[in-house]
Amino acid sequence: MNNASLYQLTLDGLWKNNPALVQLLGLCPLLAVTDSTVKALGLSGATLFVLVVSNTSVSLIRTVVADNIRLTVFIMIIAAAVTVTDLLMQAYSYELYQILGIFLPLITTNGIIVGRADSFACKNSISAALSDGFFMGLGFSAVMVLMGTIRELLGTGALFADMQLLFGEGAESWRWELLHIDYPLLAAVSPPGAFLVAGCLIALKNQIDTCVERRAQGSAEAAGAVRSEHR
Amino acid sequence: MQEVLLATIPGVLVLTFYFGPGTLVNIIFGGTIAVACEYSVTKCRGRNPAAAISDLSILVTSTLLCIALPPYAPWWLILIGVLTAVLLGKHVFGGLGHNPFNPAMVGYAMLLISFPVQMSAWASPRGLAEVPGLVSALRHLFAPGTIDAVTAATPLDLLRQNTGLLFEDLMNSRPELRGWGGIGWLQANVAFLVGGMWLLHRKVFSWHAPVSMLAALGVCALIGYDGGSSESGGSALFHLFSGATMFAAFFIITDPVSSAVSNRGRLIFGALIGALVYLIRVLGDYPDAVAFAVLILNFCVPFIDRHTQPKVFNMRNGAQ
Repeated sequence: MNNASLYQLTLDGLWKNNPALVQLLGLCPLLAVTDSTVKALGLSGATLFVLVVSNTSVSLIRTVVADNIRLTVFIMIIAAAVTVTDLLMQAYSYELYQILGIFLPLITTNGIIVGRADSFACKNSISAALSDGFFMGLGFSAVMVLMGTIRELLGTGALFADMQLLFGEGAESWRWELLHIDYPLLAAVSPPGAFLVAGCLIALKNQIDTCVERRAQGSAEAAGAVRSEHR
Repeated sequence: MQEVLLATIPGVLVLTFYFGPGTLVNIIFGGTIAVACEYSVTKCRGRNPAAAISDLSILVTSTLLCIALPPYAPWWLILIGVLTAVLLGKHVFGGLGHNPFNPAMVGYAMLLISFPVQMSAWASPRGLAEVPGLVSALRHLFAPGTIDAVTAATPLDLLRQNTGLLFEDLMNSRPELRGWGGIGWLQANVAFLVGGMWLLHRKVFSWHAPVSMLAALGVCALIGYDGGSSESGGSALFHLFSGATMFAAFFIITDPVSSAVSNRGRLIFGALIGALVYLIRVLGDYPDAVAFAVLILNFCVPFIDRHTQPKVFNMRNGAQ
């Protein structure tokens, strides 16, 4: 059943079927931990890892698990992967682990992961499932980090603050004071700001799609007109 | 729409008398931005900008927002507020008539969340401080921070910060709390009440929402009065004639687009806003509660409408 090409999987994960902007899955972390770039980066990295591990494992066991208990098995695989991630973050970036708090274990309930397991990984080969997990995770991460930077910039006027939480001591100086404003737009880093920025990103994506479609239609019509002239 | 604008005149005049020309400057500056923004947005959306502006709805939105803003607000505060109201409050939903939320309150809530310091800096009333002139007001607008503004806590703030005084003692302890709702506030509320009465007389809106809001606020305040102890939530007269009560009752919750449709629905809509205004004022942290109460009830409007739809005469329940 492995028909999807790598190009197709990349396009689907990053744009056409982006988990955050099109499927609207995983909204809880998308809205809750994107108030700074470092938090978004940390959680989206963890999600990406879990997604790849769970997709690969689900694809691996797809022929031996009975259909009617598959969801239970998926959840156990995902939970195991999340536990591994959780312990790894606890070991290597303890402060970020504390800041992310409940949202790390909550990756288990992220709709993207069980969604990809059930709709893709359990019907496809290991290599396809692995690349699907990777590109879906990458698409989700891209949106999360983009939201994190937008909200951090609007809400604090700076970018990449506290990067040492993820990249060690040397990253402390990465903070980039981009806008020198006395009163940043606090709403951007508060919960309503998350909804507003997410809504704007979805609108922007739809607008780009419409424009591309219209242009494609226009060029197709132009080509048709040229052809009829030649006739 | 024209009548709503006219009806704000007494309130604006009273605010100008007591707090100086700050509110007037807000309204003119905000109105200019709002019209420019509406013009460009309708142009971009392929609508007729002249028609959109000439129905004056955009001026009503910006005027109501600018009355609610503190006098002598810096230009960027007004700019952000008006742009939020017009773009996020109105046009993302499809323009006039499609907005589920009151646009002016969307702008106000955005500002209140983002800039709590600027939004709670109200001017001192006439008689307690020198009221700034027009030149000074313009300097506050365009060069904020270059001169010190004379700001004071609002009566609602003073009540919230009260820790040890009995309610009566609190009201007597500060000169700005004279009268039921404080100097300037009582008079402004009466002026907005007068404007609202004129609108009722002209049948611009029905009495249901304002009356039920004021009644609910009064009843809640009576229940929470606590005999005027130091923990008191304040008297009913204080709540009715301080803050933005009358302004909200007659100018904000009567917005035909975002309020409930039927008269019974409007009674519920108004009463719940009144109760929420009291609760948020007494238990919350923000200077006034109207914006949040109105936005929360805007959420509930589809639900209220669904359950208060009048039955068609001579139709049985469930008949199409």
